[in-house]
Amino acid sequence: MANICGCELQAHRPEQAPKQPHTHLHRVAIVGPPNSGKSTLFNKLTGLRQKVANYPGVTVEQRTGRIRLAHNREVELIDLPGIYSLDPRSEDERVTHDVLTGRMPGVSRPDAVILILDSTNLSRHLILAAPVLSLGLPTLVVLNMADALREGGGALDTSALAARLGAPVVLASAAKGEGLEPVHEFLNRQFAVPHPVQLPVIQDIPKCRAWASRIGAEASYRAPAPPVWTRRLDAVFLHPLFGPLVFILVVLAVFQTIFVGAEPLMNAVEAAITWSGSEIGRLLPASPVRDLIVEGVWGGVGSVIVFLPQILLLFLFIGILEDSGYLARAALIADRTMAKVGLQGKSFIPLLSAYACAVPAIMATRTIENKRDRIATILIAPFMTCSARLPVYTLFIAAFISEGPFLGPFVGRRTAAMVGLYILGFLAAFATARLLKSSILKSERTPFVLELPPYRRPTLRSLGLRLYDRARIFLRRAGTVILTAVVILWILAHVPLIDGHAPPIEHSAAGTLGRALEPLIAPLGFNWKIGIGLISSLAARETIVGTLGTIYGIQGDESAPGLQAALHRDLTPGGAVALLVFFAFAMQCMSTVAVVRRETGGWKWPVLQFVYMGSLAYLGALAANWIVTAWIS
Amino acid sequence: MDLPRGREGVILDLDLPEDVARRLMELGFVPGNTVVPARSAPGGDPRVYRVDGSEVALRRETAVHIRIRDRNDCFSDE
Ligand SMILES: Nc1nc2c(ncn2[C@@H]2O[C@H](COP(=O)(O)OP(=O)(O)OP(=O)(O)O)[C@@H](O)[C@H]2O)c(=O)[nH]1
Ligand SMILES: [Mg+2]
Repeated sequence: MANICGCELQAHRPEQAPKQPHTHLHRVAIVGPPNSGKSTLFNKLTGLRQKVANYPGVTVEQRTGRIRLAHNREVELIDLPGIYSLDPRSEDERVTHDVLTGRMPGVSRPDAVILILDSTNLSRHLILAAPVLSLGLPTLVVLNMADALREGGGALDTSALAARLGAPVVLASAAKGEGLEPVHEFLNRQFAVPHPVQLPVIQDIPKCRAWASRIGAEASYRAPAPPVWTRRLDAVFLHPLFGPLVFILVVLAVFQTIFVGAEPLMNAVEAAITWSGSEIGRLLPASPVRDLIVEGVWGGVGSVIVFLPQILLLFLFIGILEDSGYLARAALIADRTMAKVGLQGKSFIPLLSAYACAVPAIMATRTIENKRDRIATILIAPFMTCSARLPVYTLFIAAFISEGPFLGPFVGRRTAAMVGLYILGFLAAFATARLLKSSILKSERTPFVLELPPYRRPTLRSLGLRLYDRARIFLRRAGTVILTAVVILWILAHVPLIDGHAPPIEHSAAGTLGRALEPLIAPLGFNWKIGIGLISSLAARETIVGTLGTIYGIQGDESAPGLQAALHRDLTPGGAVALLVFFAFAMQCMSTVAVVRRETGGWKWPVLQFVYMGSLAYLGALAANWIVTAWIS
Repeated sequence: MDLPRGREGVILDLDLPEDVARRLMELGFVPGNTVVPARSAPGGDPRVYRVDGSEVALRRETAVHIRIRDRNDCFSDE
């Protein structure tokens, strides 16, 4: 039984306003409950692009940005994870707590606070005002989502509320950019020290809640009408029958779109790359440099860039999922399944974002309160099919499986194969979670508590920005990691020179390296070229597409151009399936290893994870090659 | 708490470990507030509860420890 007995009100004693020399850069922290629009405001004010999405727990680490003010002055703004109170229960909440109390190593305590509360649910959100105001820092209270409040017919008297809180209050909409002038003024160091007001004892939540209701009423707060659309949509998405049905249909439609819908775009990109490559080949004089550019850069990097449209489609879908608020419902639906392996619905949110990339997903596990659940989620996240696997899967599926109807006219064979690979990763994650949660990471069940946001319409602007940012990341990777890898490979494939000429590729340095690996990988049905690809894919999974593009480009076969055709000729079906299985299981991503080390605070877990996933990949591929080969013959 | 969907109840107290109870209270499950069970995941668990202006999902194993009073038969008691 929690201690909810009452206490009297405590007088709030503001500390001295921090007197700073003029050279000191002022730091202003944005604090507020999860999903109240902190990052939206941060982005609006700094012009940066912190991730914004419609579910609680998006931001999990602090992020600073500078704003230039009048007279050449600057102020540093800090975006923080959302909190419900100043007593932290998970790693992300701890970040906010530590920054606000000056305990974060290497980070000085902020000089002022912008407290963001959701104006559509003010009575509850005002609870947080008590502990934040009692920090004694100059505070501006921003009541966000003014647009939604207005639409729902809600209203309040901000000056009355300001008088009760002893701090300035503004009604604003961070998303629409409305009512932000007072925020700018505040940042221009018109910091007001909070007036001493009576605040409730902050440990006593019922008292705080009663206080919040009282001052809400004194400020004539009228809550908006309940969100009708959210209820209507939930009547479908959380319907016992239609809910799961809609979910499955949407997932199949998405895969079909990614596979079939992206094809014309991919063909267009491919045509452009092939054409420009041959033009360059024509224009430049014959020389090793020309070959490097045409075979290495165009053949290698180009074969990865072809997948840009597909990746963008995937991110468009993830964006809609995250911005609409459906993600939290998916976590709710998944809770029962997660409970079977000893985890809970909250772990599902990071796992879903691992479909984009495991690195932010592993960061996102900070919202999981139970330490052991968190480690287990970190360990299984890289099994989820990240977007870097997509080019590999697509290439090999397209090379080895002919298109045709599978499940009626809408779901094709290739789509089915792709869905199968996603399911394979998912099953591996589940089996591993079960193993971990029944042995080394066993723990008591922690209660599942998840706040569901109202549905919001994803804006074209936010989806557009997501795609733009993603395209930049993808192209930057192609232009750095993958470019470097293919250039190194191209050089290795042309040395040592024999009589001033490049050796046949089998006898080049790259070929020798690949062939040295052959005894190890031959049982999986891989040849030495795949061996080289596997080595290069340690830098980033999709690099293998680039290296294979380069190798087959150098080999140059005029009769059957194209990477798909070359692979089809050069690899057995058993080897192809084995390769897909290998990529589904292996942890070929150094960034993931690094982030796991950082988040778990040591080498123990990442090493265990790498070895485990690697062994599973090898054995899985071995079995796949065996089965397929036996089945075909 | 074991109310049919849509039926209002008033929270009496939370018979849960201190830290869980605090988190639930921060989310609106404060004694005296009304709570309305809403939709659930397929199979009826976890369920969404409308409480204090927001919607919070809980498993049944947690919800049963929230003691409530049915709104409709509360004119005299307590
Ligand atoms: N209607 C409306 N929606 C808003 C407004 N500000 C933010 N949002 C939406 O609210 C959701 C949450 O916004 P974020 O900025 O990610 O919230 P946050 O406080 O950073 O959330 P966490 O990082 O999870 O704590 C997003 O879907 C935003 O688009 C606003 O003024 N009006
Ligand atoms: Mg945020």
